[in-house]
Amino acid sequence: MSGIVGYGSYIPKYRIKPDEIARVWGEDAENIRNGIFVLSKSVPSPDEDVITISVEAARSAVKRAKIKSSDIGAIYIGSESHPYAVKPTATVVSAALGCDFPLFAADYEFACKAGTAAMQNVKAMVDSGVIKYGLAIGSDTSQGAPGDALEYTASAGGTAFIIGKERSIAEINGTLSVTSDTPDFWRREGQPYPSHGERFTGEPAYFRHTLTASRLMMEKMGTKPSDYNYAVFHQPNGKFPTRAAKTLGFTEAQYNDGLLTPYIGNTYSGAMMTGLSAILDKAKPGERILAVSFGSGAGSDAFDLTVTEEILKMDRHAAPTISDMLADVKWIDYAVYAKFKKKIVLGEDVE
Amino acid sequence: MGELSRIWRESEHRYRLMGNRCGNCNRVFFPIRAVCPHCHRESIGKMKPMELSGRGEIVSFTIVHDTPPSFVRQRPYALALIKLDEGPVLTGQIVDAENDSIEMGKRVRSVFRKIGEDGKSGIIQYGYKFVLE
Repeated sequence: MSGIVGYGSYIPKYRIKPDEIARVWGEDAENIRNGIFVLSKSVPSPDEDVITISVEAARSAVKRAKIKSSDIGAIYIGSESHPYAVKPTATVVSAALGCDFPLFAADYEFACKAGTAAMQNVKAMVDSGVIKYGLAIGSDTSQGAPGDALEYTASAGGTAFIIGKERSIAEINGTLSVTSDTPDFWRREGQPYPSHGERFTGEPAYFRHTLTASRLMMEKMGTKPSDYNYAVFHQPNGKFPTRAAKTLGFTEAQYNDGLLTPYIGNTYSGAMMTGLSAILDKAKPGERILAVSFGSGAGSDAFDLTVTEEILKMDRHAAPTISDMLADVKWIDYAVYAKFKKKIVLGEDVE
Repeated sequence: MGELSRIWRESEHRYRLMGNRCGNCNRVFFPIRAVCPHCHRESIGKMKPMELSGRGEIVSFTIVHDTPPSFVRQRPYALALIKLDEGPVLTGQIVDAENDSIEMGKRVRSVFRKIGEDGKSGIIQYGYKFVLE
């Protein structure tokens, strides 16, 4: 059986508060804060994108795993903001890590669950003996149109997991997915910002898929919520994952450590994986984790994991922890945010 | 096309700080040298590739106010001479820091960032920059 051998995350240092966004668009900041429970969100600097975030997260994962990059046999990267429409993010990441031939690689897209789809594929390749180690990354610099509700949450960040059979710190006991055709959120080719079918966002999309995948996973493993020490869900805002957790019967003590959206916003493909990374920062041997992502369109990937004794041998401080990155912050106002996110358009001859 | 070839050719040292070491005198070079400028012919066949740590200290720096067009969103930005722990000195941008917190002697580590892009449809160039430790 395979599991997580190394993990690493990256969250850009810049942050903006919903108060600042609400001030510009004439909305009630307190309503927004209470309505979606987001206190701040991360913002990529102008020289950061999904490739740079993926490289930083992957390098941290390699440092913790203490493996040679040349032993990585596959790289799959999930994102809905790959810098190139055609030229995989995985190609640059492989070169930046110093990976060798042969190497399986591709970019994935399934809204916010493309990174966990990559985890499932890498796990399957490790389990079948095709590769020794594989790298799965979920990373995004997500887009929200100016003035749209998504602007309060759409943020940037990513997480990388190295999956293998040897020295696994968290065994993946099982995984499954649910998928349906649900028009909750989409972005057409060439469009800079996504659209959302508002009435589909909650019940028919996020809750139906997240709750079903969670219940099916527990049914398959013969477990109940009290068997888990931690539960982490996709977190488009602070409210949805909390409600999903409570509906399933999880307590705040189980879901609190993996809930990062109130502080960094929704990192899309990175969201659930970064929450899982925060849990691995503190998890002890024998502890069990339920991790469930959600991607619009729509579907969910569920994972059941058990932390092993190997985690005690890992130097978790060989790379920045999530709490390190939550503490290392530079606040910006909306004007700087608009400049960084290219919402201010410069002339063709300038840029 | 010449620019594209250069970016591709330099990607290994820009992405991974690949330098090399003279097997004769042990000096480290970045970017790589075909021959050691100290040992000359005695270094032929002894230049070994070496990935640098990316850690070092600021030897000197300047704050750039009159920026090239592609850096206008980062204005004003800091450009520094950095002496890596392995010996070579290189030029790099210091990012994510208040410019008035940058001082000679401060420790830095390398990060992977976007260096520039060839318009809206051209290639994107990546490489090393530095953050304060």
